Amino acid sequence: MRKAVIIGAGMTPVGEHWRLGLRDLAVEALLKAMDDAGIEKVDSLYVGNMISGPFVEQENLGALIADWAGLGNIPAVKIEAACASGGAAVQEGVKAVLSGLEDVVAVVGVEKMTDAWPSDATRYLAYAADAEWELFHGASFVALNALIMRYYMKAYGYTEEDLALFAVNAHANGAKNPYAMFKRPIKVETVLKSPYVADPLKLFDASPVCDGAASVIITTPEKAKELGVPKEKWVEVAGMGRAIDTISLASREDLLTLKAAKVAAERAYKMAGVEAKDIDFFEVHDAFTVMAALSLEALGAAKKGEGAKLAKEGQIAIDADYPIQTMGGLKARGHPVGATGVYQTVEAVLQLRGEAPSQVPDAEIGLTQNIGGTGSNITVNVFRRV
Amino acid sequence: MARPMQVSRYWRHFREKYMLIGGKCENGHVHFPKRSVCPVCGSREIEEIELSGKGKVLSWTIVRNPPSGFEYYKPFPLALVELEEGPVVLTQLTDVDPEEIDFGMEVEVVTKKIREFEEDGIILYGYKFRPPVK
Repeated sequence: MRKAVIIGAGMTPVGEHWRLGLRDLAVEALLKAMDDAGIEKVDSLYVGNMISGPFVEQENLGALIADWAGLGNIPAVKIEAACASGGAAVQEGVKAVLSGLEDVVAVVGVEKMTDAWPSDATRYLAYAADAEWELFHGASFVALNALIMRYYMKAYGYTEEDLALFAVNAHANGAKNPYAMFKRPIKVETVLKSPYVADPLKLFDASPVCDGAASVIITTPEKAKELGVPKEKWVEVAGMGRAIDTISLASREDLLTLKAAKVAAERAYKMAGVEAKDIDFFEVHDAFTVMAALSLEALGAAKKGEGAKLAKEGQIAIDADYPIQTMGGLKARGHPVGATGVYQTVEAVLQLRGEAPSQVPDAEIGLTQNIGGTGSNITVNVFRRV
Repeated sequence: MARPMQVSRYWRHFREKYMLIGGKCENGHVHFPKRSVCPVCGSREIEEIELSGKGKVLSWTIVRNPPSGFEYYKPFPLALVELEEGPVVLTQLTDVDPEEIDFGMEVEVVTKKIREFEEDGIILYGYKFRPPVK
């Protein structure tokens, strides 16, 4: 079977880009990734994006971005899997390379969220929920996660303070990332003093509304050699998995198990031939602090109910056993929804190349996990240093 | 939202939203709303069942920054309610002091206004849950 390697990565800073539109962000990240790989042409483009239609009245992103990036008459499509669109787009790119149909593939994840009114942004994000049975009743995405958070705290006896540790860790790492939206450390009190958005979930338990784009170039080792890309730049896509769960929270068999993450991780681990204990760093989808805890459990880094315990025991820091969110996570780097999975990929590439601003020493294997919906659509990717 | 929704989109669910009609498969698995395929066993033999509308609060939150269209109601309590037949329903709670909501609190269904659209728009009604009226 063919192998897939990432040979180029690029991103824009995450933030409120008032002067840049969706196409500007996407093209900037894409061209940076192509320059990083030292190539001028790609066979196809996969765009990870969640809700460009409502946010900026633009669909057909494949054509828009390929056209404005000057990629010629290549195939180009948008991949949508809610907030997991970026992770899914990376996987579609890898699949195209592994199938042998395409040799050099570009993936770009992009989202432009700050062009909309805040309450409309809240509505658009809730499009990832069940429109007829959740959004109909006024559920925001934050509210759905708050229902999980309260239940999690009750089930295992955790406090708001315990979960705040995930935000503190993310900000500590994000402070060193020049591409992060929030480049300052915070304290537990900062989280606890922030206003409730949906009790018990506070503003600082949540990732921000923001803009950004990230991009990677995928090919085979043979082609990478042929293109003359130095081997230090290669990062292997060793394993990947994707799975869904019920779209509505009310239908979930167990509110506190990210079943889709579990299944996706099993597939990714099997393909890569690794186990959770082999992973040197985890980029989990901490859109909300409780999701970081549930993700660590689903990925096998912690036992059920002990995800938050890892944070309490100081095991999620850069120099600990289970470093997570090494470049700030969704919380501090920012969460431009459809772009996030590609940002995570770019960050994994930087870690495995040894170029990350807060480097995990001797990182060889890294994992990214990207959640769509309230856990309804999840991708897990495993990357390995070549 | 610039324009109100069409009646059709709302009308097709009025039985579920007014009467809590769910589904029960041949093996006795009850779910809400009704599906074509039983989410537990995969059976396609499913009959309609009217749920009692009595249940207990499983988890709850207070929505302080709602999606557009619900600003007028904020803050409002939203909950997962486990019905006595088993299914869980996402619903707003009504006629309740937010401070009194607790795990396991008994609630019952009531038909209430969910939201209105501007001027020529329709008014949406549906289920909410409240502490039982004694």
